[in-house]
Amino acid sequence: MTVFYFVAFLSIFFALMTIFTKNPVHSVLYLVITFFTFTVHYILLNAQFLAVVNFIVYMGAIMVLFLFVLMLLNLNKDTEPMKSNLVKFMGVIAGCCLLVTFLGVYRVFEISNPLTVNNPEIGLVKNLGKVLFNEFLLPFELSSLLLLTAMIGAILLAKKEPKQI
Amino acid sequence: METVVQQLQGVPISHYLIFCTIIFAIGVMGVLIRRNVIIIMMSIELMLNAVNLLLAAFSVQHGDSSGQVFVFFIMALAAAEVAVGLAIIIMVYRNTKSVDIDSLNKLRW
Repeated sequence: MTVFYFVAFLSIFFALMTIFTKNPVHSVLYLVITFFTFTVHYILLNAQFLAVVNFIVYMGAIMVLFLFVLMLLNLNKDTEPMKSNLVKFMGVIAGCCLLVTFLGVYRVFEISNPLTVNNPEIGLVKNLGKVLFNEFLLPFELSSLLLLTAMIGAILLAKKEPKQI
Repeated sequence: METVVQQLQGVPISHYLIFCTIIFAIGVMGVLIRRNVIIIMMSIELMLNAVNLLLAAFSVQHGDSSGQVFVFFIMALAAAEVAVGLAIIIMVYRNTKSVDIDSLNKLRW
């Protein structure tokens, strides 16, 4: 039980570091650590498949893509444009307002029963694969189409335009 | 594995709700206070992850694995979104030589 609170504290701390660090490369690295703590959360929830996918896809693929673009654009210096202090302050106030609103909503709903693992098998790869390939077969195939479209779109967008004659 | 499940017992679902809301609010703050487009996309990833964790927590709570399948689809969607978004950022950088979001105000009324 205390493990959850410790890891949650680490997640919030590194998420705050992500958005308040000036250097973009440090920001990406803090976000990687945040995603690692999310992987620990998935393991605590006994969702092993999601933990592995989070580790490989988010930390391995997406974050490396971010780092790669940062290096490609040569942005690894501290001289990036920052907003004025007034706008920053207003942004923080707006985020806190959103947080307080949601917390008030939870007070109304009174959801406070302890989380119990009724069926510890549901997060395992075997069970999830059965569900994925029986009930969710069509969305699964459609997501492959989505990924193909995104790949072609990304290549077309990032390709240099040929010189106009 | 039993010890891990034992660790989980006793954490109320409302604490998961509060934790994920805090992470989501941090993501919103990141979108509002930064000007670097890449950092803004990273904040969006943070928000997606908060929602993912909450879906997984409720899926475990209800003993229904549909929520975890949904998280899987959200991850596929996030990968596609990041690929296209970073390609757009590279194209914008090539045209304006900066990743400042205020350099994209040409469409403003």
